[in-house]
Amino acid sequence: MSLLDQAWELAPQVAVRPEPFGALLYHFGTRRLSFLKDRRLLAVVEGLAQAPSAREACAGAGVSPSDMKAYERALARLAETDMLRERTS
Amino acid sequence: MSVAVPLVEHFAGGLDAPICLTWELTYACNLACRHCLSSSGRRDPAELSTAEAKAVLDELQRMQVFYVNIGGGEPTIRPDFWELVDYATAQRVGVKFSTNGVRITPAVAERLAAGARGCGGVPRSGYVDVQISLDGATADVNDALRGEGSFAVAVRAMENLAGAGFAGFKLSVVCTRHNIPQLDSFQALADRYGAQLRLTRLRPAGRGADVWDELHPTAAQQHELYRWLLAHGERVLTGDSFFHLAGYGEALPGLNLCGAGRVVCLIDPVGDVYACPFAIHDAFRAGNVRDAGGFAAVWRSSELFRTLRGPQAAGACGVCSAYDACRGGCMAAKFFTGLPIAGPDPECVKGFGEPRLATVEPGSAPRPSPDHSRPAGVPVTLGRR
Repeated sequence: MSLLDQAWELAPQVAVRPEPFGALLYHFGTRRLSFLKDRRLLAVVEGLAQAPSAREACAGAGVSPSDMKAYERALARLAETDMLRERTS
Repeated sequence: MSVAVPLVEHFAGGLDAPICLTWELTYACNLACRHCLSSSGRRDPAELSTAEAKAVLDELQRMQVFYVNIGGGEPTIRPDFWELVDYATAQRVGVKFSTNGVRITPAVAERLAAGARGCGGVPRSGYVDVQISLDGATADVNDALRGEGSFAVAVRAMENLAGAGFAGFKLSVVCTRHNIPQLDSFQALADRYGAQLRLTRLRPAGRGADVWDELHPTAAQQHELYRWLLAHGERVLTGDSFFHLAGYGEALPGLNLCGAGRVVCLIDPVGDVYACPFAIHDAFRAGNVRDAGGFAAVWRSSELFRTLRGPQAAGACGVCSAYDACRGGCMAAKFFTGLPIAGPDPECVKGFGEPRLATVEPGSAPRPSPDHSRPAGVPVTLGRR
């Protein structure tokens, strides 16, 4: 199953700070700093917790079907570094 | 997705708020390290009060600064130290504090560990981190720089933290001519206590200006350090300290950018805001948190910070093939060794710094200011012979 079909949310120890280029993410547990390189990706990330799936969060933020792969890769990187976690409810 | 401008350019142009900043809470210190970058020793009577310090933390919270690196002096000897730590973390401003370990008793270590475990099933780990300063992997190398007995104090603090289960604290080392041969020993020491190793660059800042000639790594040692960081860098923190080494060819982990006034800055104990922790001098003073508009106004509109965020002159470095990698190195290192800011770092890995250093008139380099060193003759031992 694709990551896009699962439900996700930001890890509770992650702080998000919007910036003109996108956003900075800081994980207080791993002390890792990450960057969201555009504002649409920020909108996707902010929409994750309310969306039934990551795919719907992307659609809600206006990601076109042709861009979906790129956003999937970006979300996968965030999941690998524990910035995102899978939501069970 | 497209990124019109490389991220590093956004950082070079400055952010609306720092990613993190260093805050020296007090100039008071129980030690008198020969290379102290803030020339600490005596408390300054004008140091920020508890209420003023909390007002600064309120601002940092509003600006969404992720964390503060608290140092000094020895910050834990401020009577309101834990009150300020709790105040910061309650509003999700993370705290990393640097200490020589003097107050990291078993009870304090237990308190830190309990905070990391959280309560009621809510993990709070990560909001407070501890950096134990140690500049030699053996007592002889460390104590020659930091004072007799200081190695034993730091080791006891690490024992206490490890014993309480506070994992992942940092063992923080300033790299010198005498401890570069001990890099593997530092790693082993960190491993023994479940700590992470942090290596930073010796700057000629504060009292460090007086000992830099004798203590900064030799050219061969710099290369040794570079090779070591390439091999072990993923496990080791550097505070982006060694970006001048990127001139060797391969970038080390990190932003590889001088963040002064762009993504970092320093607040000193009396509230003065400087471009970086290694630049405590009027030339790099941007304002004071007591000024109208507070810290945010200094960060956003000081003349100095605006200048730093603009295009920087490369000077003599403009023709060098490594300039894109090292960007001319460390501003503070150049300033306090008497070199022009537009030009090579005194430890330029291409060797362009040394001949220039030789032309600097002895005694003509700017003196670090202010100086809170204790008068000579005051004993600095920790009661052990």
